[in-house]
Amino acid sequence: MAMPQAQSSTESLPTSVDLAEEYRASGVAEVLDELDRELVGLKPVKRRIRETAALLLVERARRAMGLTHEAPSLHMSFTGNPGTGKTTVALRMANLLHRLGYIRKGHLVSVTRDDLVGQYIGHTAPKTKEILKKAMGGVLFIDEAYYLYRPDNERDYGQEAIEILLQVMENNRDDLVVILAGYADRMDRFFESNPGFRSRIAHHIDFPDYDDGELLSIAESMLSRQGYRFDAKATAVMGEYIARRRRQPHFANARSIRNALDRARLRQANRLFEETVGSVDAEQLSTITARDISASRVFSMGEPNHPETSS
Amino acid sequence: MRITQGCFSFLPDLTDEQITAQVEYCLGKGWAIGVEHTDDPHPRNTYWEMWGNPMFDLKDAKGVMMELEDCRKAHPQDYIRLNAFDSSRGLETVTMSFIVNRPDNEPNLRMSRTESRGRNQRYAWETQR
Repeated sequence: MAMPQAQSSTESLPTSVDLAEEYRASGVAEVLDELDRELVGLKPVKRRIRETAALLLVERARRAMGLTHEAPSLHMSFTGNPGTGKTTVALRMANLLHRLGYIRKGHLVSVTRDDLVGQYIGHTAPKTKEILKKAMGGVLFIDEAYYLYRPDNERDYGQEAIEILLQVMENNRDDLVVILAGYADRMDRFFESNPGFRSRIAHHIDFPDYDDGELLSIAESMLSRQGYRFDAKATAVMGEYIARRRRQPHFANARSIRNALDRARLRQANRLFEETVGSVDAEQLSTITARDISASRVFSMGEPNHPETSS
Repeated sequence: MRITQGCFSFLPDLTDEQITAQVEYCLGKGWAIGVEHTDDPHPRNTYWEMWGNPMFDLKDAKGVMMELEDCRKAHPQDYIRLNAFDSSRGLETVTMSFIVNRPDNEPNLRMSRTESRGRNQRYAWETQR
């Protein structure tokens, strides 16, 4: 019974596949262009994503032509400092994999340790399974994954969650993609103590820190998305701010910039409220001036090497 | 005796592929799926035992199929059904329900008569194994 079916399906198979056409038809180009346009910097990350997309396209073409194919394992780990865009890229990745037909639904379920690990015996397994069920057909993004494993407490339930995760990552490879994210050094230690994870994750992508220029253009694009802009002097002050902020503790790349901008908007609102007499126009309402930024604590705090003189 | 309850029960048993497609349909409508099982298919036995909580917020049928697989493993000789719950305002009820697992030997439903006051006949159905 199976033979005639198999034959008829071989007959209808194409003998050649136009990769460029496939590329256009899948809508991957849009996602990749969007990635290039909207995400500043992150060169190595973008390159890896392009490579992954190419691999999946070729894989799809092979399948269309009836060549032997095996679904590649796409579990990934994103390592990098805070605020380097790991979550944002994971969201894009889900969309991309969906367009390429690798996952069925293309949604992203973002979780941390609390969502997976229970508080008493027998609580962890159902909790983890619940999350996994929700993530089926999409991408499961585990932020700060190293917290799952606590070597100092041998009765910690994290280990149980890890075991379930590993099992699903192995058995349901075509149902979901797991992305682990976290700081590079701690992830390395996590992988060392959980060799099962290391061997099941094929793609390790490292997110580099942004340089000052990149952060400045991120700041500008964040502002324009909110309908604000810097005036000429403010741009220069923001550049200075970024350079100073980087040398201070708890610097979190783009996240620090976002917080700085939020505070600048606060000061701008305050300034308008206190100083303007009469009516304000749209121009004033959407301009961040140098004063809004230079009032930041970052400028008044002395630096360890050369003390600041400004107040 | 083949029990006919819920959707599709006059059709041949659904394959897993067909069940998946039905679940996809339900999820597409925004319904939550619950897995329930029982050994007593009496029509008046409305409350079957729940296999875990109903699954809200699922995006893909695979999650349901995993639960169904577990339930089948634990109760291979039970009736298992999937209930689709529509939570939208004013409905808030099960809108679709179908049997996805049957025991090898299905029980019979037997009609019994009893005499009551004034030579009245009372009829009842009972599950007979």
